Amino acid sequence: MSHRTVVNIGPFHPLQEEAEFFQLYVDGETVVDVDVRLSYNHRGIEKLDESKTFDQVPFVVERVCGICSASHPLAYIQAVEEIARVRVPERALYLRTIVNELERLHSHLLWVGLAGHFLGYNTVFMWAWKYREPVMDALEVATGSRVNYANCKVGGVRRDMTAEQLRMIDRASDELRAPLEMLTNAVLDDPVLHARLKKVGVLTPEAVKLYGAVGPTARGSGVPIDVRRDDPYAAYDRVDWQVITAPHGDVFSKAVVRLLECFESVKIIRQCVRDIPRGEIDAKVEDIPPGEGVGHVEAPRGETFHYVRSDGSNRPVRHKVRAPSYNNIPTFKASCIGLEIPDVAITLASVDPCYSCTERMCRAVDAETRKPLYNFAELVRLSQQKTERLRKS
Amino acid sequence: MTDWDRQPETPLLGFVGEVIESLGDAVEAVEQCEARRGIARIRPDRTVEVAAKMLALAGSRLATATGIEVRDGVEVLYHWAFEPPGAVVTLKALAVRPEVVLESVANVVPAANWIEREMHDLLGVGFRNHPDMRRLVLDDSWPEGVHPLRKEFDQVLDRPPLPPNQTSPDVPGDRGGAE
Repeated sequence: MSHRTVVNIGPFHPLQEEAEFFQLYVDGETVVDVDVRLSYNHRGIEKLDESKTFDQVPFVVERVCGICSASHPLAYIQAVEEIARVRVPERALYLRTIVNELERLHSHLLWVGLAGHFLGYNTVFMWAWKYREPVMDALEVATGSRVNYANCKVGGVRRDMTAEQLRMIDRASDELRAPLEMLTNAVLDDPVLHARLKKVGVLTPEAVKLYGAVGPTARGSGVPIDVRRDDPYAAYDRVDWQVITAPHGDVFSKAVVRLLECFESVKIIRQCVRDIPRGEIDAKVEDIPPGEGVGHVEAPRGETFHYVRSDGSNRPVRHKVRAPSYNNIPTFKASCIGLEIPDVAITLASVDPCYSCTERMCRAVDAETRKPLYNFAELVRLSQQKTERLRKS
Repeated sequence: MTDWDRQPETPLLGFVGEVIESLGDAVEAVEQCEARRGIARIRPDRTVEVAAKMLALAGSRLATATGIEVRDGVEVLYHWAFEPPGAVVTLKALAVRPEVVLESVANVVPAANWIEREMHDLLGVGFRNHPDMRRLVLDDSWPEGVHPLRKEFDQVLDRPPLPPNQTSPDVPGDRGGAE
């Protein structure tokens, strides 16, 4: 009988921003099963929202996640606007689009950097994060904050942008193109990365459907779903852009999708800055009638889904928040099985799992002695060593 | 969707209608049927059959499910997204008191696995034949039968204390972070 071992990653680890717990069941070096334990930091935001007024909830939900702090409030707000049948002013729709695309840019660059680090490409890490800074600056100029933008409100947006601010955003995103091209070419042309990432952690389109995977995780498997195009909100149906897909479902495909999506984001932002109409930014919603509404938004990691029920009072009866990682993390059951341990870190990272919205952790222990074998740092080290070996060979 | 006038007046309305119609007599009532949104109430004893039918439709995926405590029990809302054409169809099944139990759909739709575990933790909805009904959200030390998303649960007053070995003796009155 073969020797089965449990590899734990998490729940607390300095490399992970928050707590989550993955258990890998391994036979020798091969992963045969994955289990995830989460909610080490469950904050009860859905419960909390039931005690907040409709206007206060956006400030709570943007704290679901620092990275997706434009997507969550927008999804909630769209659900409420659906209940109240609000017609949002054009200018507000464009402003929402700009902030949401800047968010996607900085999130994807953050991921590229982290993925580079996991693979032992620390130069990629430094460069990606360096080029992310101008995006954060643009967000700060436009909204007053690098995270938690407090930008949207029911009926419109809270702050207008001046022509000067828009020009600055336009310049920042335009100047990002050259570094993005450099990063993309560096990834696409690197034979070591091809060897490391291709055919690793493959997620089939069938598994995407069964697990309800969303965002770049689904699009990397050739499933062309994107809420921005399929159920257009904000100004996405007024600008020209493409849904990026890649066919193979491996980590490489997901990386390609994210990198190419950055170019689309730049395109969207620049068109919005060019075409933004003048006018009101707020529809001045007085009250929310009884009813129920669904809002979904394509966050950087995929569709974030909000459901709101109103009974006509000034507070939601129920507000359901489903972050994209909640649907993407269970796909590890499909994508990690059969992998070798050094490939696990990058496969886990390939869905860009978000701790604060879903949380995860993972560590490796011997199934019989319960002695820890690997922690996440060691997995990252194994991953980096494997890249090193491939480079030398 | 925020902008209702923008919708093309076309077969989309029919699409949501078609989806709901394909479920046959499992549907008890249709509450909303618009271009990109539909809400229908389904018979609580036929959730599995409905879920299998929905999954088999082209372009469908289970976005998530929502549990809401109502007077007669807990309503479980399955949100099915369709791409194309970008519609969301919500199917409601009522788990009536006092049992508050539904058949689990996780065996036919793996995407429902976690969310059913979560609803079990937070709202106390039972899911018969769930493949893996361990706790997902609540800590192992959380008392049985206390469901924080139930309406009678007060998030400050009803918060159970942390188990003793996790509470620092140096911090007087620390009951685990109660505000």
